[in-house]
Amino acid sequence: MKIIVLVKQVPDSTEIRVDKVTGTLIRAGVPSIINPDDLAGVEEALKIKEATGAHVTVISMGPPQASGMLKELYGRGVDECILITDRAFAGADTCATSSTLAAAIEKVGYDLIIGGRQAIDGDTAQVGPQTAERLDIPQVTYVDKIMEVNDKSVTVRKSLEDTEEIIEAKLPCLLTTLSGMNTPRYMNCNDIVDSFSKEVKIMTFADLDIPAEKVGLAGSPTKVHHTFTKDVTAETETYDMPAADAAKLIAKTLKEKQIITK
Amino acid sequence: MDFMLTEQHKMMKKLFAEFAEKDVKPLAAEVDEDERFPRENVEKMRECKMLGIPFPREYGGAGADYLSYILAVEELSKKCGTTGVVLSAHTSLGTWPIFAFGTEEQKNRYLPDLCTGKKLAAFGLTEPNAGTDAAGQQTTAVKDGDDYILNGTKIFITNAGEADVYVIFAMTDKSKGTHGISAFIVEKGMPGFTVGQHEKKLGIRGSATSELIFNNVRLSKDQLLGQEGKGFKIAMMTLDGGRIGIAAQALGIAQGAIDEVVPYVKSRKQFGRPISKFQNTQFQLADMQVKTDAARLLVYQAAMAKENGQPYTYLAAEAKLFAAEVAMEVTTKAIQLMGGYGYTRDYPVERMFRDAKITEIYEGTSEVQRMVISGQMLK
Repeated sequence: MKIIVLVKQVPDSTEIRVDKVTGTLIRAGVPSIINPDDLAGVEEALKIKEATGAHVTVISMGPPQASGMLKELYGRGVDECILITDRAFAGADTCATSSTLAAAIEKVGYDLIIGGRQAIDGDTAQVGPQTAERLDIPQVTYVDKIMEVNDKSVTVRKSLEDTEEIIEAKLPCLLTTLSGMNTPRYMNCNDIVDSFSKEVKIMTFADLDIPAEKVGLAGSPTKVHHTFTKDVTAETETYDMPAADAAKLIAKTLKEKQIITK
Repeated sequence: MDFMLTEQHKMMKKLFAEFAEKDVKPLAAEVDEDERFPRENVEKMRECKMLGIPFPREYGGAGADYLSYILAVEELSKKCGTTGVVLSAHTSLGTWPIFAFGTEEQKNRYLPDLCTGKKLAAFGLTEPNAGTDAAGQQTTAVKDGDDYILNGTKIFITNAGEADVYVIFAMTDKSKGTHGISAFIVEKGMPGFTVGQHEKKLGIRGSATSELIFNNVRLSKDQLLGQEGKGFKIAMMTLDGGRIGIAAQALGIAQGAIDEVVPYVKSRKQFGRPISKFQNTQFQLADMQVKTDAARLLVYQAAMAKENGQPYTYLAAEAKLFAAEVAMEVTTKAIQLMGGYGYTRDYPVERMFRDAKITEIYEGTSEVQRMVISGQMLK
């Protein structure tokens, strides 16, 4: 079985700040990490590999620096890493990104595609579903458990806000995964050593069968007109009262806000 | 010497730091308080393939270099001195002599399980009357046909009881002094081999430190490690490498204490401002970091010399002497900067201070290191 996992390198959003004047992200000094939902997908793929001997290819689209992240995925035990990188792809929105990814995926070949639900920098949750649409294959989003995989189908649990669904999908298909579904393994010393004898394969525009108008800025209908920081406007009220009364007031307020029910 | 870590070293360091932060740190206070061996850390190290870092792949190791292993001990020790020494004793003292002096048959028999972490290793040299004077071995291995009969007691053995494979030193010919000492591979469960009482210690309290008691343990000649009479040399060469591991442990403890104290002094306010604004704090911190960085250079230098096949006895002694003394000094200062809070078990620096002390004692005291260094200078 051939599994492709889509991963994105993102700034660690727990350490990011916004420039209040320009409204843009201050990226300097912010460490890059593997998008958590994607890392959960890598872990699921590696588990399937351990159980079935599947071949795991990781594909990322991004600047050349992203190859460092891919090396670390070799360090966790994936079989092949591909970086799609080209100046022609710069400025891509989700529409152009999914077109580009789909073109690369077609070249590589696949039985199962796993991507994270969404990236912590953009939070769109669009790239996975769009990619499946472009490949014309079934998709299951918000997967929090892969229950069974065989050569023909995959059975998963889809986690919705108030319910869960068990879904069986025919292969090939695309799943999007949630970061809470597993604890991603660490890298390990053997795979780290081996990662330095493995190449991160580079795919450029010339390697893909895709028209120029479908990629990069040209293929991106999204236009960002303005970005701004939303001011936090929570109101603060101060009370001076005995602890017992304060406890009652807190409980009453939480009930009013429906944060607690009893 | 290359002062820069390679990309591979950096990736290794990232793994070790992440593991230490996520798994080792949360357990550190508990294994100290309960004097409990951190078995779950060993299991995780096994998953991360950290138990055979500097040994070739053909024996189950990671096939990385000695510095990678040293980085592991350093990173673990930043969070937990106990876990640092578990790895160090297993790798440098227990596994390395089998790799370096074992026959091909012995290597194939023991190394795969040790390097993959299926089994843990330990080293038994110290006796009640043979500490720094290691030549005064009273444990004996007397020939009986093709076998040896082992009798005696070892003390202060790291990983005792937790380890499955022990490299043990014993007199095979008392008349020859140090040339009458031989090394043996002894396995847990051999009839007559028992583990004595657990030592109650000042620091590294989660590390299993116990007596090993040998009462007519029958060893086949296949258990002899290296040639008969070469045991003392094997012990000294093993300790040369072990000292780099302990130096890395001391280095990690020192850096770990600095890492704790820096955020503390930024948030602790006295006289209306963070104590980091006081020059005394700033100067203390600068001294602590400079010495720790200097220790790091010595430790990495010794590791690279060993890796590159250069003489490293002297460099290992320098690294251990300096790093251990820096660890004591830095942890003492860390407590002082944190005042009363630093002295309590609510903060980890008092544990680090207690853990640091042993690095001046085991695998050759600081006095022994000075003997080695000056001996080389005055040759």
